[in-house]
Amino acid sequence: MFTKFFYTLKNFGVPVSMNEWQALLEALEGGMAGSSLTGFYYLCRAVLVKTEAHYDRFDIAFAAFFGDIETPEGLPDKIWEWLNKELPELEITDEMRNNHQQLDLDELKRMLEERLAEQDEEHHGGNRWIGTGGTSPFGHSGYHPGGIRIGGQSRNLSAVKVAGMRRFQEFRTDETLGVRQFQVALRKLRQFTTRLEGARTELDLDGTVNKTCDNAGRLELVWERPRDNAIKVLLLMDAGGSMLTYSRLCNQLFTAVNRSNHFKDLQIFYFHNCIYDWLYHDPACRQNDYTDTEYVLRTYSPDYRVIIVGDASMAPYELMRVGGIIDWDLHNDKPGIEWLRRIRQHFEYSAWLNPIPRNYWDWMDGAFTIRKISEIFPMQPLTVDGLEKAITALRSKQAVAVN
Amino acid sequence: MSKKVRRYEASTGYRGSEDYIVSDDLRNSVNIAIALQKPLLIKGEPGTGKTMLAQSIADSLDKELIIWNIKSTTKAQEGLYVYDTVQRLYDSQFGEGDVANIKKYIKLGKLGEAFITSEPVVLLIDEIDKADLEFPNDLLWELDQMSFYIPETKETIGAVHRPIVVITSNAEKELPDAFLRRCIFHYIEFPDPEGMERIIKVHHPNLEKRLLEQAMETFYMLRNVPNIQKKPSTSELIDWLQALVVGGISPNRIKQDLPFLGVLLKKNEDLDTLLNQLHGKTQSRSPNYASSSLNRYRY
Ligand SMILES: Nc1ncnc2c1ncn2[C@@H]1O[C@H](COP(=O)(O)OP(=O)(O)OP(=O)(O)O)[C@@H](O)[C@H]1O
Ligand SMILES: [Mg+2]
Repeated sequence: MFTKFFYTLKNFGVPVSMNEWQALLEALEGGMAGSSLTGFYYLCRAVLVKTEAHYDRFDIAFAAFFGDIETPEGLPDKIWEWLNKELPELEITDEMRNNHQQLDLDELKRMLEERLAEQDEEHHGGNRWIGTGGTSPFGHSGYHPGGIRIGGQSRNLSAVKVAGMRRFQEFRTDETLGVRQFQVALRKLRQFTTRLEGARTELDLDGTVNKTCDNAGRLELVWERPRDNAIKVLLLMDAGGSMLTYSRLCNQLFTAVNRSNHFKDLQIFYFHNCIYDWLYHDPACRQNDYTDTEYVLRTYSPDYRVIIVGDASMAPYELMRVGGIIDWDLHNDKPGIEWLRRIRQHFEYSAWLNPIPRNYWDWMDGAFTIRKISEIFPMQPLTVDGLEKAITALRSKQAVAVN
Repeated sequence: MSKKVRRYEASTGYRGSEDYIVSDDLRNSVNIAIALQKPLLIKGEPGTGKTMLAQSIADSLDKELIIWNIKSTTKAQEGLYVYDTVQRLYDSQFGEGDVANIKKYIKLGKLGEAFITSEPVVLLIDEIDKADLEFPNDLLWELDQMSFYIPETKETIGAVHRPIVVITSNAEKELPDAFLRRCIFHYIEFPDPEGMERIIKVHHPNLEKRLLEQAMETFYMLRNVPNIQKKPSTSELIDWLQALVVGGISPNRIKQDLPFLGVLLKKNEDLDTLLNQLHGKTQSRSPNYASSSLNRYRY
């Protein structure tokens, strides 16, 4: 049963290793959970979870697993039972493996959904309550002198309720990039610019002095890689309608990185829904302020990292047909998809970031074009995680394969 | 060193200190880290008391605090020891001192210092994320074993007492997994109003009730303004209250006039954002994806 908790955590995406699990058992042995489920909750979290980005997953897993424990005050007998029985069992046994197979993710999700369905506005006293966290800006951390406080700490709350409040939702890194996630994304992007490759061409004075002294005065030169960034970036962004917010965000993001770390070159262009003959200099996509896509293809070398930000959702004809362009007063001789293919062929290092959450890709109205485009460009959702994946791929020496 | 879990007694562990307000779960984490003899890794927004926690632990347990401030150029080696080869070379050129005695040119770093003290100490490694990506990994062995070897003198420096290690990070860089696995992790949540009032009491014990109320309400309101990049933190609130008191501001004016706003919001962009919103300039709300993009191309 206790090992089941281990796999529940794993299945909800908390990466727990046997190392940490062992530390947890040691801590329990040392009596560090106190005698309450709440103490147990904090102990598990402190030992097993290594980043605030996973606090929310931990909360969901905990609430799902302990949701039906009836006596939140006092560590339930159930836990004592496992502890007594299962403490020596530190290696992965066959039984644990079997447990693992029995608990598939769908079932866990179903359990959680049932619990959510049971949630009743008027029954906040129930033990199975799962909250949705502060979605109203003035909810969780608002200040209400003498009024009712929502969320926050309280000694009277059961661990399951604490977990159910999901206070750490905003720290997740797998949800769509918003301004809040901006800082995190920025940090990830900075890794894009650290010096990993290139020839050692700069004299390292300190290193040289040290080495020379080590040799008691015989000169030894030490070289290092220059701090200059060799990476060149071409950012192409959809500025149509609802995409504008995201374009602005990405523009700020890359400009900020550029300001602090200096890409060797950063070029930003805009398009409306799909790329055709022209790339615009401004999100307004004014028809007198553009560069020919042809020119871009001829001018920028294939080692430019191309990042396209767009929802890739449009009417099929916008992508597939001659004259399919959305702006009624323009005409395209080549279908958009052909331009996209050419861009992809020219720039081996390219990726597409899509602000639409991945689980919508298959069934929303734009599904057809999303699929078509992701056959051309490797596509990631525009989340901190997705951004990081795209960046890692773009940084590698190999050209990016389409999945 | 043998690593045996100490039986944990709630009554003897860390309990917070007079000038530092600690939440239940943070205190828990501190005690877990002490008992399991693992480094405690602390993250949290700027100004949430990460650095101060180490001081508070030292005070409460009556131990010395050794601080190792990490900068972008800090190397792991500097924490162990530095071999001053330049001095030695210099001495050899000018015939000063006993150059054969290499020991003389070995200077222990902060970690080394923490190992050899006769009393157990608290070691703070502040802002570990400032250093290179390899930095944390370079310290794994030393933090695990609490010892290191100095090849120049063929000496092993081992901890007389395991120091209590507190590590802070502002999350500028991700820390390597191998390193994380060895730590007890705690994210200091931004204090809720109740907790914040207690923190403020420490710094401004005699604040007028209405002033505090109005200031707090304004403060949390500002923190909740969407799109603010650098949210005001605890230390800014403390400074702001000081300014309000010194400036003799009437509590009734705080909310509408937002006096000394620059103390709270330090970025010009944030001031602009706030002013825009106060004057009701409607910024386009971030679209609700599923519906808006479905319809977009139909117009
Ligand atoms: N829990 C607390 N109790 C008392 N004072 C606090 C507390 N938290 C923060 N403060 C106040 O806020 C100031 C900032 O705290 P500290 O420097 O420890 O923050 P930090 O998290 O290390 O910030 P940074 O990330 O900027 O280094 C402290 O000097 C103290 O005045
Ligand atoms: Mg600090």
